[in-house]
Amino acid sequence: MKTDSETVIRVEDLTAGYGDVVIIDNINFEVKAGEVFIILGGSGCGKSTLLKHMIGLLPPVKGEVFIEGKEIVSAVGQERVDILRRIGVMYQNGALFGSMSLMENICLVLEEFTDLPREAMEFIAEMRLKVVGLQGSSHKMPAELSGGMRKRAAIARAMALDPKILFLDEPSAGLDPITSSQLDDLIIELSNSLGFTFVIVTHELPSIYKVADRVVMLDINTKSIIATGKPDYLRDKSDNDWVRQFFSRES
Amino acid sequence: MASIDYQVPQKGDLRLIIQGRLDVESTTPLWSQALKKLAETKPETLVVDVNAVDYCDGTGIGLLLELRRTQQENNRRIQIEGLKPEFQQLMTLFDPGQISKPLAEKLSFGRFIKRAGQLGFKTWDDLRTQISFLGELAVKFLAAVLKPGSIRWTDTFLLAEKSGADAVGITCMLGFLIGLILAFQSARGMEQYGAQIYVADLVALVLFRELGPLITAIIFAARSGSAYAAELGTMKVNEEIDAMTTMGLDPVKFLAVPRMIAGLFMMPLLTMFNLLSGLIGCGLVMLSLGFPPVTFLNRIQNATSLGDFTGGMVKTLVFGMLVAGIGCLRGLQTGTGASAVGDSATRAVVTSIIAIVVVDGVFAVVYFFLGV
Repeated sequence: MKTDSETVIRVEDLTAGYGDVVIIDNINFEVKAGEVFIILGGSGCGKSTLLKHMIGLLPPVKGEVFIEGKEIVSAVGQERVDILRRIGVMYQNGALFGSMSLMENICLVLEEFTDLPREAMEFIAEMRLKVVGLQGSSHKMPAELSGGMRKRAAIARAMALDPKILFLDEPSAGLDPITSSQLDDLIIELSNSLGFTFVIVTHELPSIYKVADRVVMLDINTKSIIATGKPDYLRDKSDNDWVRQFFSRES
Repeated sequence: MASIDYQVPQKGDLRLIIQGRLDVESTTPLWSQALKKLAETKPETLVVDVNAVDYCDGTGIGLLLELRRTQQENNRRIQIEGLKPEFQQLMTLFDPGQISKPLAEKLSFGRFIKRAGQLGFKTWDDLRTQISFLGELAVKFLAAVLKPGSIRWTDTFLLAEKSGADAVGITCMLGFLIGLILAFQSARGMEQYGAQIYVADLVALVLFRELGPLITAIIFAARSGSAYAAELGTMKVNEEIDAMTTMGLDPVKFLAVPRMIAGLFMMPLLTMFNLLSGLIGCGLVMLSLGFPPVTFLNRIQNATSLGDFTGGMVKTLVFGMLVAGIGCLRGLQTGTGASAVGDSATRAVVTSIIAIVVVDGVFAVVYFFLGV
C-alpha cells in the first residue's frame, strides 16, 4: 500500500442518491497516487453510483470530490475539461463507439485535445493498443472483438491522453476466469510501469486479492463504508462478521 | 515545458537535444518539428540526447519510438542517449513494432464490374428473402385465421390502436390538405374552359382510385412500418428474439402475425378517413368557387362508382399487409451495433414505399384488363 504518496482523489462528506432516495450517506475516503483502489460491496449498494459521482457524471446531494486537488462537481467549462483530461474511464461494456474502428476510437480524443499530426495520432493509438495486447487490431471494428478484447480496447482509449488516474467499472464482469486474470495482469503492469492510479468497481474476489492495494467496502443497509483496508487484513482481522464472511466467501 | 535543439557534429549526422518534460502537451509541438528536421537532413546517424528529460509519459515515449521507426525504415542509424531506466522500460512496453495498414482498394474496371455483380446478387437475394418471408407470413396468417384462438388478441388490439386510431389525426390532416390543393390547382386550369364543375369529378376519382390508398399507405409505412422494424430490431439486439426462439416460440407467429392483422384492418379504415377528409378539402374549394354543396355531392355520385371505391379498398388491404410484413422482416434482420436499429427502420420505410408503388402499378394493369 502506497500510503506515503500524495492524495490524488479525495471524497468528502459525499451523500448521493436519485430523487429522494439516498444510496450513499456521508462517506469520506482518499485515494493515493499509484494505488490500485477497489470499491466493493454487494449488489445495489451504490458502487457504480459512487464511481459516477467521482468522475463528475452525477451531482451529489451533498459533499465534494477532489481530483488532484480540484473539485469536480462545481467545476464548469474549461476547468472541468482540464480535470476530465487527467482521468480515463472504462465503462462496464467498454462503450466503444460502434461505428468507428479501434484506431478511430482512440484518435477521436487525440484530435479533440491535441494538435498532433494525423500520423502521430495513429502511431500513439498503435502504442496504446500494444500496451493492452491488441497490436495489429487497430483497424478492427468493436463488433469484431470479444468481450475481453473490447474491455482492453476501452482501457487503451481511456489511456489516450496519458491520464494518471484510470477508473474501471466492473472490468471482470462477463469475462471467463483466464481473460479476467489477463486483465488483472494488465492492471498490475500498468500500475507498476506507468504509475497509474486505479479506482476499480468490482465484486470479483479473485481479482481483488490479485490487484488491490486497498479496498473500501460499502454497505447497502447503513449506506456507508463498513470497512477499509487490504483484502487479506479484512478477511482475517475485520471486526465485522459480514466483512470477514464476504472475503472468505462463506455463507 | 520541453525544448529541442539541433547540432551537426559532422556532415551527414544529426544530434537532437531534447530537454524538459515530455508529456502530451509539450510533446505535441516537438513532434512535427523533430520529424521535419529529420526529413530535411536525412542523417545517416541520429543521436537523440535525452539526458535533460526529467519526465516522459506515453506520448513522449511515442516521439522517441517514432524517431527510431523513421530512421530504421530508411536503413539509417539511431542512438538514444541518456534515457532514464524507468523510461527505457516504457520504450519496450509501448513499442508497437510493425504498424498494420488497412488494405487500400484500387479502383479498376474489373473491380467496378465485380461490385456491380455483387450488388445485383445482393438485391436478388434480398428480394427472394422478402418474397419468402411474406409467403411464410401469409401461411402463418391463414393458419391463425383458421384457428382464431391462437392469435394474441390483446397485442393485436394494442397494435391496431397504435397504428390505426393514433394515426387518424395525421391521416385526416394530410387527406384534407391534398384534397384542397388538388381541387385548387385543377380549378385554375379548368377555369379557362369553363369546366370548374368537373373539379369534383377529377378529385373524387383520383382520391378513390389512386391517391387515397397511396398516401395512406405511405403514412402507414413511415409511421407504423418503421415502428415495427425498430421495435423488433430492439428485441433482436437485446436477444429477446433469440430467447423466444430457444423457448420454442415462433417469432413470426408471435410478433409478425399480430402486426399483419393490425395492418390489414387498419389500412382500409385509415384510407376511408383520408378519403372523407380529401373530399371535405375539395368541397371547401368548390364552395369558394360558388358551387353549393348539393351540386358537389351530385357530381361525386355521378363521377364515381362502387367499383372505384372497392378497387381502392382492395389495394389498401394488400398495402397494409405489405408494409406490416416488410417492417417485421427488416426488424428481424437487424444486425449488431448502435446504428443497426436505425438502419432497419430506414430500410423498412424505403422498401415499403418501393413495394407500394410497384404493387400499385400492378393493380393499375390488372384493373385495366378487368375493366374496373
